[in-house]
Amino acid sequence: MTSSYLIKGVSVLGGDRTDLLIRDGVVADGGGTADETIDADGLVALPGLVDLHTHLREPGREDAETVETGSRAAALGGYTAVFAMANTSPVADTAGVVEQVWRLGREAGLVDVLPIGAVTVGLAGRQLAELGAMATSAAGVRIFSDDGHCVADPRLMRRALEYVKAFDGIIAQHAEEPRLTEGAQMHEGEVSTRLGLTGWPAVAEEAIIARDVLLAEHVGSRLHVCHVSTAGSVEVLRHAKARGVRVTAEVTPHHLLLTDELAASYDPVFKVNPPLRTASDVTALREALVEGVIDIVATDHAPHAVEDKECEWAYARPGMVGLETALPVVLSVLGEQWELIAERMSRAPARIAGLAGHGTDLSAGTPANLTLVDPSARRVVDPAGLASRSRNTPYAGTTLPGRIVATFLRGEPTVLDGKAVK
Amino acid sequence: MIKHLRSAADLDAGTATLILDTAAEMAALAGREVKKLPTLRGRTVVNLFYEDSTRTRISFEAAAKRLSADVINFSAKGSSVSKGESLKDTALTLQAMGADAVVIRHPASGAPHRLASWVDGSVVNAGDGTHEHPTQALLDAYTMRSRLGRIDGLNVAIVGDVLHSRVARSNVLLLTTLGAKVTLVGPPTLIPVDIAAALSPGTEPSRGGKPKENRTGVSYDLDSVLAGTDVVMMLRVQTERMQDSYFPSAREYSRRYGLDVPRMRKLPEHAIVMHPGPMNRGMEIAPEVADSSRSTIVEQVANGVSARMAVLYLLLGGKA
Repeated sequence: MTSSYLIKGVSVLGGDRTDLLIRDGVVADGGGTADETIDADGLVALPGLVDLHTHLREPGREDAETVETGSRAAALGGYTAVFAMANTSPVADTAGVVEQVWRLGREAGLVDVLPIGAVTVGLAGRQLAELGAMATSAAGVRIFSDDGHCVADPRLMRRALEYVKAFDGIIAQHAEEPRLTEGAQMHEGEVSTRLGLTGWPAVAEEAIIARDVLLAEHVGSRLHVCHVSTAGSVEVLRHAKARGVRVTAEVTPHHLLLTDELAASYDPVFKVNPPLRTASDVTALREALVEGVIDIVATDHAPHAVEDKECEWAYARPGMVGLETALPVVLSVLGEQWELIAERMSRAPARIAGLAGHGTDLSAGTPANLTLVDPSARRVVDPAGLASRSRNTPYAGTTLPGRIVATFLRGEPTVLDGKAVK
Repeated sequence: MIKHLRSAADLDAGTATLILDTAAEMAALAGREVKKLPTLRGRTVVNLFYEDSTRTRISFEAAAKRLSADVINFSAKGSSVSKGESLKDTALTLQAMGADAVVIRHPASGAPHRLASWVDGSVVNAGDGTHEHPTQALLDAYTMRSRLGRIDGLNVAIVGDVLHSRVARSNVLLLTTLGAKVTLVGPPTLIPVDIAAALSPGTEPSRGGKPKENRTGVSYDLDSVLAGTDVVMMLRVQTERMQDSYFPSAREYSRRYGLDVPRMRKLPEHAIVMHPGPMNRGMEIAPEVADSSRSTIVEQVANGVSARMAVLYLLLGGKA
């Protein structure tokens, strides 16, 4: 194994061409020689991306994804750290399960896999899981979420927000008032009416966010809002942030690009929760991301087995894979605003999670977690070419800008020449 | 001719009119002693029913048999479907058996669209979830034309649970394509959001038709629309809906939106009363109204066979 790399002629965050020396896992000072030289002419270096919202499906649905295959997909997408959601089988609601996921991540060794713990036992929304035990486990859990389900009970949500203050934890809420979304299949609006599919109204998300920011303010806790999808949610967040509430929020790449019109095919590859919204929501989400009302991009990478998607819309599981296409989608939406992209996809997520060693500037002495992107490349998305075990990408046949050429995790390449090293 | 009939939106005015004209020819056949045509001899029509709907299945079966097609009834009950076979696997099975047309009734909206992507034959939507039921709309349009002589320019009120009604969606699309104006009437809880915009897409006239904009309206007040209505179509309202607070009680629903004799008297002299069945007598429609001379309910059933014969005939290459 080589231990030093010279990345020649790279543009750090779109700046002037420079050489970047990586030695002993960190960015080294000045020039010099290295065991291996990488010609990075035309490539842009970004701090390794950090995904606060990934479904790796292991344990339980290894036919859809494993920690290893998901890690590989993440590395190929330019990520060096991913947070694995708790809705596995068994649910990651004990120290044992989160440690298992954490250990599998270490064994795969392609990205840092940080488990998210469930807020409630079995994601059932009735009783707090042992949050403290997960926090003090080897996995060191700091983010807790019942993602896939909303912590709908206001008293339980209040308690969760309060309880995690003891270990600087954060509750990541899947904002969906369940009584307003019973049987919901897609965004409630003109298209759902035409297609005869039960609507998922925007207010079901906005009402929970409004409630939760008030709860977080009341108890002085931190709140993170998963996959914000509506213009109304943006307004609620803007208001809360102006009041000084300690709330952060994420948006997925697909909610920045796709709209509910795609459901007209009845192809469940476009079924996702929260659902694809309207063009005006997409516009509001893009503006909020630029402005900072929405802090980060998170993939909500949700692999599903073929049989869970090749069926009737109503019977299909919601979700899309996203790790390998996130940066290209964001590039197509934001353009080459590298500073902004680094902030929204690396630094801010690392900061929210309290994750040391990721999302740092590529200055001397910092851990060499970074990715190299060729912004001039174009790629047609081919589901069969994905490293993820699942194929449920909504971008099949779409041409997206940007190609991830290399990714380094603590100074060692996980991706070289656009291919995973293992 | 189109290949599939998944939605009434698959039909432009010319095609819809051709189907109605063909249905009229098929209806003439029903008066003969031998009610059969050899047109589809050797062709296979599968009735793939995932929901119990004896009347619709029988109607399609009679239609296919009168055209001499071989008919296979594939019911979800007592088949591999209840053992968990996917729609795709069922589709591949039907494909392997050489089905020329599959008539599908399914509780999930859009199932016919999925099926059409997996089979080579024609797919006919016989009712999918809360989406559409296009042959019902065709037989309704046929019934209107038979009774009133035209569709263009008619004022049609569709009353009741529009939210959950596949009949309403197909009727709005087809009737506005053919030049009628449709008013959807019901409590606001049962009128889906943005329905007027949703079912009058764009301002482009469909081929051979008129522009669709402003042809669909909504009213929450049945009494105010009756005087100007040529056709009032009552939808079945399931009493279970009140458990979901769509309306407070069956009595209140009936008082506000039921078609009783005093309301029927507000209709113009020539107006007709329709219902796709099965009816809740005393709920959305009073028995005296259902049995009155204005009611077309029994005719609708008879016309169903003719309309479905026309659809199968034209889809399966009776290149008219």
